[in-house]
Parts: sequence; C-alpha cells; structure tokens
Amino acid sequence: MTNVAETNPATNAAINAGGPSWTRWLVVAVPYVWLLLFFVAPFLIILKISFSDTAISIPPYTPTFKGFGALGDFFSQLDFENYIFLTEDPLYIWSYLSSLRIAAISTLLLLLIGYPMALAMARAPTSIRPTLVMLVILPFWTSFLIRVYAWIGILKPDGLLTLLLQTVGLMGPDQQVQIFRTDYAVFIGIVYSYLPFMVLPLYSALEKMDNSLLEAASDLGCPPWKAFWKITFPLSLPGVIAGSMICFIPITGEFVIPDLLGGADTLMIGKTLWTEFFGNRDWPLASAVAVILLIMLVVPIMIFQNQQKKVA
Amino acid sequence: MAKTLGPVKRKFSPWTDPNAVPFIRFENITKRFGDFVAVDNLTLDIYEKEFFSLLGPSGCGKTTLMRMLAGFEEPTEGRILLQGNDIRGVPPYRRPTNMMFQSYALFPHMTVEKNIAFGLEQDNLPKADIAARVEEMLKLVKLEQFAKRKPNQLSGGQRQRVALARSLAKRPKVLLLDEPLGALDKKLREETQFELMDLQHTLGLTFLIVTHDQEEAMTVSDRIAVMDKGVIVQVATPAEIYEAPNSRYVADFIGDINILEGTITETGSALGAPGAVNIDCGGLFVAVDQECQAVKGDQVAFAVRPEKVRISPDAPADTSVNSFYGEVWDIGYLGDFSLFLVRSEDGRILRAAQANVSRLVDRPITFGDMVWLTWSRDAGLVLTR
Repeated sequence: MTNVAETNPATNAAINAGGPSWTRWLVVAVPYVWLLLFFVAPFLIILKISFSDTAISIPPYTPTFKGFGALGDFFSQLDFENYIFLTEDPLYIWSYLSSLRIAAISTLLLLLIGYPMALAMARAPTSIRPTLVMLVILPFWTSFLIRVYAWIGILKPDGLLTLLLQTVGLMGPDQQVQIFRTDYAVFIGIVYSYLPFMVLPLYSALEKMDNSLLEAASDLGCPPWKAFWKITFPLSLPGVIAGSMICFIPITGEFVIPDLLGGADTLMIGKTLWTEFFGNRDWPLASAVAVILLIMLVVPIMIFQNQQKKVA
Repeated sequence: MAKTLGPVKRKFSPWTDPNAVPFIRFENITKRFGDFVAVDNLTLDIYEKEFFSLLGPSGCGKTTLMRMLAGFEEPTEGRILLQGNDIRGVPPYRRPTNMMFQSYALFPHMTVEKNIAFGLEQDNLPKADIAARVEEMLKLVKLEQFAKRKPNQLSGGQRQRVALARSLAKRPKVLLLDEPLGALDKKLREETQFELMDLQHTLGLTFLIVTHDQEEAMTVSDRIAVMDKGVIVQVATPAEIYEAPNSRYVADFIGDINILEGTITETGSALGAPGAVNIDCGGLFVAVDQECQAVKGDQVAFAVRPEKVRISPDAPADTSVNSFYGEVWDIGYLGDFSLFLVRSEDGRILRAAQANVSRLVDRPITFGDMVWLTWSRDAGLVLTR
C-alpha cells in the first residue's frame, strides 16, 4: 500500500504541506536561478552572435548592442546567413555526422565493456564493492588532459605499445604500431576516458536488483543466460539509458581527444568549432555551429527525460 | 494407559505405513557455510501429497534445508532423493519443484499475467495453452481483473496471490513455500491458510512450508518438523507435537506451557500401575500417567498446558498431589479465554487458562485471591530431554 501513496501526487502534496510554502519555493528557485544565469544567458549571447555578421573589429562581429534606443536597428541587422552557410559547405554536415557516428560507436563500445564490468561489480561480495567503485573513480584524481596525453606516449609509433609488442615477440624490431593519429586512437581515448561515466550508472542500476528475482527465474525453469536477457537486462535499462546519454552527449561535442589523438582526417564538430572560433576568428559562424550542436543534443536528452518519467 | 492421538485433520498417514515410499528424502544432509553448520546430519522423509512444515526460530536451518531442495544451495554432505532420484547437482531450472519466495520475488517489469506465464513460457508450451493456464491460475487466486497490472500496483495480499499463482502455474511436484504469509495481517493470513489447504487438497500436490509461526504450522500441516540449530527435534502431526512434545524445547516452542523441573520418586512397576510416574518438583508432588523411559531418581521436567489446569477457590479433595496453592498474581484477558498467573508462597508461578464461557466480565476470581490449581493425571507430561 505504501507504493500507492508514493505515486499519488495528491497524497504527497498533503504530506509535504508541513512548512511554509515560500521556503520550499526558495529551495527550488536557487538552483534554477543559477542555471538561468549561467546557462541561458551565455546561450542567448551565442544565439545572438550566430545571427550576426563577421567583422574585423573587437569583438569580431557586427552589430553590437548599443543601448535600447537603437534596438530596432539592432534587430534588423540580424539574419540567418551563417545557418545557410552551414548547409552549403559539406564540411559542416560531415563534421556533424562524423561526430554522431563516433559518439554512437563509442557509446556502444562503452556499453559492451562497461556492462560486464558493472555486472561483476554488482555481483561481487558486498565487502569489496566499495573498493571496486573506488577503483573506477580513481582516474579522476589526475587531470583528464594528462591522462589523454599519456595515451600519446602509449600509442605513438615508438611508444610503449610498440615496445611491449616487440618485447613479447608479436612484432618485429622494424615494425611499429600505426594507431596514433587515426580514428582507432580516438576510440581508445574516448572509451578509456568515459568508461567511469558508463560503469557507475549501470552499477547503481544493477546493484539495486534483488537477487531473489534471478532465483525465482531459475526456479521457474529459466537458465541463467536467458534470465539475463529476461530479467537483469530489462531491469537495468534505466542505467543503460542514463549511462549512454551521459556518454553520448559530451562525446558528440568532444574536442580534446580527437585533437590530441586523432589524425587530420578525424572529423569532429568540436574540432571544427575550435578552428572556426580560434583559427578563422569567425565568431558568428562558430556560434551557429554551437547552436546547431546544442539543438542536436537536446533531442536525445528529451528522449532520456521521457524515459526516466516512464520508469518512475 | 498410553495416550493415543487419532487423526485430527484427515485420514492421511503414509508415514505410519512401513511400505510407503517417501516422495522426498533428505539423507544425512549436512550444510556448512564456512565454520557455521546450518544443517547437521539431518535425515527426513516427506510423503506424496503431504502438507509438511519446517518450523523453528530464525537461523535454525529450515530455510537452508528448503533451498537445498529447490537447488539454490548444494548440501555439503549427504544426498536428497526426489522420487528415488538423487537430485544433487541438478540446477534449479531443471528441478520439478517451484518455490514461493518470502519476498514474493515478482518480476517488477512484467504484468501479473506475464509473471504467471513466465514459468510456462520456459517450457515452450503453445501460446494458447499458456493463456488458458494463466487464466485458470488467475481465477484460482481470484485476480482476473488485475491481469494487466504491474506488481507495484497491487496490495500486499494481491502480490502474495500472484506469487502463489506463479509458483503453482507449472504444477510442480513439490511446492515450496518460504514464510509465504509473513507479510500479511492476521486476518488475511488465517484466511489464506485455509485457502492453501484447500488448494493443496484440490490440486493433490506435495507442499513443503517453512515458517516460524507455530499457529500457521499447526493449522495447515499434516506433519511438522520442529528444528533447532540445524537438527530436527521432533517430527509429528500437529496434535502430537502439541499434546506429546518429546522435549522441553518442543513443548516450550509450541504454544504456552508450564514446565517444572523435578526428580522421579517412583515409576509404574513399583506403583503397581504400569505407565505411571510420580515426580517431586521441589515439594510439589505430581503424578502422571505416561509410559516413559526414565527411572527412579532421574532428573525430568513435568509439563502441563495452561488450558488443562483448572482454577478454583475451593481446595480439592486430595491436596497432596497434582495441586498448587497460590495467589492470583496477574490476569491476562484475551477475549476468548483468560490466563491466570498464580504465585505460590515459594515464588513459583503456574499459569491456568479458563475459557470465558459467559459474557460475565465480573469474574469470581480476581487479583489477590487465594486459589487452587489442579490437573488430572493424564493432563501433564514427563519430558526427559
């Protein structure tokens, strides 16, 4: 009967109605005001710049805001020119598609590697679980940038990987690993960097699962491998979706990993954005790229939110 | 003068037939978890269509024993025979047993219907057969209109029914029930107990139930095994367990009882009446008609249930034996009967229960009254263990 009470909003409101209502609003309002200030305001600035024209000035775009008196004039100078340009040069479309492809493949790889890890952690004896979680979080104690740099040392042609393979005799002394500055290196870097973000939500979903459900499945004639697909996996779906979203969204906009490990032909929107912004100093076009990226990522976030609602 | 206890529930007693073949046989089963011995060299036979209870306090090994039959645990030593076949090493999903879990273990992401169908789907039965069986089970547990609900949209009692339906859907040879009614309130629990008995009779299945609730075990079972620290102390019918417990442990565990420690002063042959025992319980002299192994001088316990003790303000004809004089120390009014705690001069307390046959609240016996407790020669028991 407790469940009924939990899912009944009317009952909840009645229970929560203890304190004065303004304190509750205050608690809710503070984080929202914070988000509004530091997310919406910069976004609106970027949005405005994306409708502007590039100019050789400081800041490098026109028009700039010159007071409320000239507001009409200000708006009349804004246009969709930069967005139209994005559709005309295939570089941008390819960058977007390539980013989505790399993010999708990486997320799949992360799931394939992260799921067994999370499952093993969740099934480990209770006494060693905190240690296992600790080990997953451990890489965060060093800088992300340094960890990606370290991969250069491992993957470069005369790096540690080559040395290892030569030492164990899998490679001749004149051969070298040709992974560095390819998409493979990017995948390795991404999977390595994002693994904790995949493992932790999966682990928290799997750890909550009641072991007696698997016993019940077995008792009813379901062998373990089948019970995994019928019971464990469906019940871990919220974790799968959370982990996938937490990885997919930032990977799509990833700049550091493809820049450090990828080759000249590794096309990712984060790199393109960087080039437009700092290389070409074309702020309006770079802003348009950023706005489109944001819109692309809002869709999966909304799917995620919707799914979360369904689960709850 | 040996006591006889006829069948109380139904005429069903294959355990008295020396030719009967046990359906389930636990043979010298030992189960150790590290240093802890959960089940200690235990042997037990259960017969087909029997409603059998494993009763004991938590940690006595009853659940472990059941889980070994289901296949979730393997015995460290000994073997388990089901219809004569050793089922050691057979994984749970290949055993013809089904279990109803204490937590119900309903699959939260499946509807009631899907939960019940789960076991049948594992056997790759035709869809139509599965649907028919699911419908039959839903009807059996009266949940037809809840077929499309998820477990979290049901009340505790309804979930319990789904769990029962799911475990019965495959018509297991043995249904294992692990504290099945523990989460239900008293009224619903009693109702469900009778439903379980009906179900077991109609379906003709063998039920093995684990419980720590002695009333529940008494109500539903053909036989009860009382367990303590990994061993079985007594296996008998509910009536025998209650009326003829074989030890202080069983007597004390089942129901309410007065236990007095004492020494045997005389036994049957010397008294000229075979099957009679006289005990000196520290100045309180007790005579019991009971065949027992103990001899003169043995330390034994005399036990008598409160409802078999009469309470009266008047002295009995013979106050030298089977009588106890004291002050009414406390009265427990339980509605259907009242429990009197009577304290003698030397501080011993005996309990007597009296059925409240009339609605008269103004009872003739009340606090501080001096009363006599008496009991007949065949009311009490001699416990040697």
